Amino acid sequence: MTIVPIIKRDYITNLAAQGKRIDGRNFDHYRKIEIETKVVNKAEGSARVKIGNTQVLVGIKMGLGEPFPDTPNMGVLSTAAELVPLASPDFESGPPREDAIELARVVDRGVRESEVVDVQKLVVTPGELVWLVFIDIHVLDYDGNLFDAASLGALAALSTTIVPAKRFEDQLPEGHQKEDFPLPMSEPPISCTAVKINDFVLFDPCFDEEVIADARLTVATDHNGDIRAMQKGLSGSFSKEEIQKVIKGALDNGKEIRKKLKEVTSS
Amino acid sequence: MKSDIKLITSEGKRLDGRGPEDIRKIKIEAGVLHRADGSCYLEWGGNKVLVAVYGPREAVPRHTQNPLRAIVQARYNMAAFSVEDRKRPGPDRRSVEISKVISEALEKVILTEQFPRATVNVNIEVLDAEAGTRCAGLTAAGVALIDAGIPMRDIPVAIAAGKINGQVVLDLGKEEDNFGDADLPVAISPRTGEILLLQMDGHLTVDEFNQAFDLAVKGCHAVSEIQKKAVIHKYQTIAAEVQE
Repeated sequence: MTIVPIIKRDYITNLAAQGKRIDGRNFDHYRKIEIETKVVNKAEGSARVKIGNTQVLVGIKMGLGEPFPDTPNMGVLSTAAELVPLASPDFESGPPREDAIELARVVDRGVRESEVVDVQKLVVTPGELVWLVFIDIHVLDYDGNLFDAASLGALAALSTTIVPAKRFEDQLPEGHQKEDFPLPMSEPPISCTAVKINDFVLFDPCFDEEVIADARLTVATDHNGDIRAMQKGLSGSFSKEEIQKVIKGALDNGKEIRKKLKEVTSS
Repeated sequence: MKSDIKLITSEGKRLDGRGPEDIRKIKIEAGVLHRADGSCYLEWGGNKVLVAVYGPREAVPRHTQNPLRAIVQARYNMAAFSVEDRKRPGPDRRSVEISKVISEALEKVILTEQFPRATVNVNIEVLDAEAGTRCAGLTAAGVALIDAGIPMRDIPVAIAAGKINGQVVLDLGKEEDNFGDADLPVAISPRTGEILLLQMDGHLTVDEFNQAFDLAVKGCHAVSEIQKKAVIHKYQTIAAEVQE
């Protein structure tokens, strides 16, 4: 570890011992969240999410193609993340590395396993032609907690997505729906992330907290208060009590964030 | 690509209602990103471009360093969702070429001799594309470089002129770019009039070229004023905040 993170670590843990954080928040509080949808005209759906200084843009593109052989009655979802060098002095150009791949896969799992997109309604001809949904995550400004920003961005973008049936009418078979229609969606799960530094559990870590964190846990909860996905990261460990603390915080914060998402996407 | 599509009426009215010498609406905002040393967000018609500048910082790998001056590394990248049919993420031949010509244009105005062995990274992200993204990117890069406090001889600025249905016009729109006769992107240093970037495809007579080129230079000066306003606006906002 170089000298600067050691100093940061001392500073952050000393503050935490007094129950404080560098930006004055409580341990279980989020930074200000802003969601803006329909920001990219060329995309079928899009959203820009800000959590504090962290900024993520998610765009949805759709196309027609073959389903996977093992799921002939389902549309295809595909998620990719780009940590473009615009967003941080430490991001480099080139093929996605493990950070970007983990980010894309965690978002993908949240969307896929929760069945928030009704992929069965995206079939044109079973086994032959289905709608493809591409979720592209573009990180614009990295100040920690990309997981939550990207997941929230993906959900907001998906819920404003219009399936471009009219543009693809030449490829659609006779008698099939040729008018544009909204992407069939159900209640989304909300991801909340916390990190552990020494014995402190901090929600929505900013960049400085994230770089010195020992362990990270993301929990996605749904509107019934059930858990829909989890991902632990980094080399530190959690105790069972700490995990329960994170789950409780995820439920509480998730409720607020869901409300905010609904406000934005239903208008 | 020749076509019978009528792009301009005999009265000189274009598809989006502009006259031959009208520029699409431009909005520029400086200093929009937290982590970057300098940044700029620009909307130009249907284009949305975000630029972040990092540096001057040590150039790595070390063999890229120049012992006498800084190198300028611009990277033009299109978001997968910025175009009609999804673009595969990552660099392709087109974006590599655009990155190169933009890097070279910027290198001419940056006082690179002040920073030996360093690099200035200019990251241009096209978020929404609608003809003229390289000019939009270069114009935004000029503002982001100022925002980063990089010493420069001038703020570079770019715009394209072109020919549609036989007539020379300024700032091609999407259909005009796809179905027009020629496209001529030009970047200049507005203070000296030096040409920093010049490309052309299509078909122009020498007279038409001269006409289109003069129009582009005129357009550059108009866009340059918007750039300067954006920079001034940023510092006026800060000054107002400090006074409070």
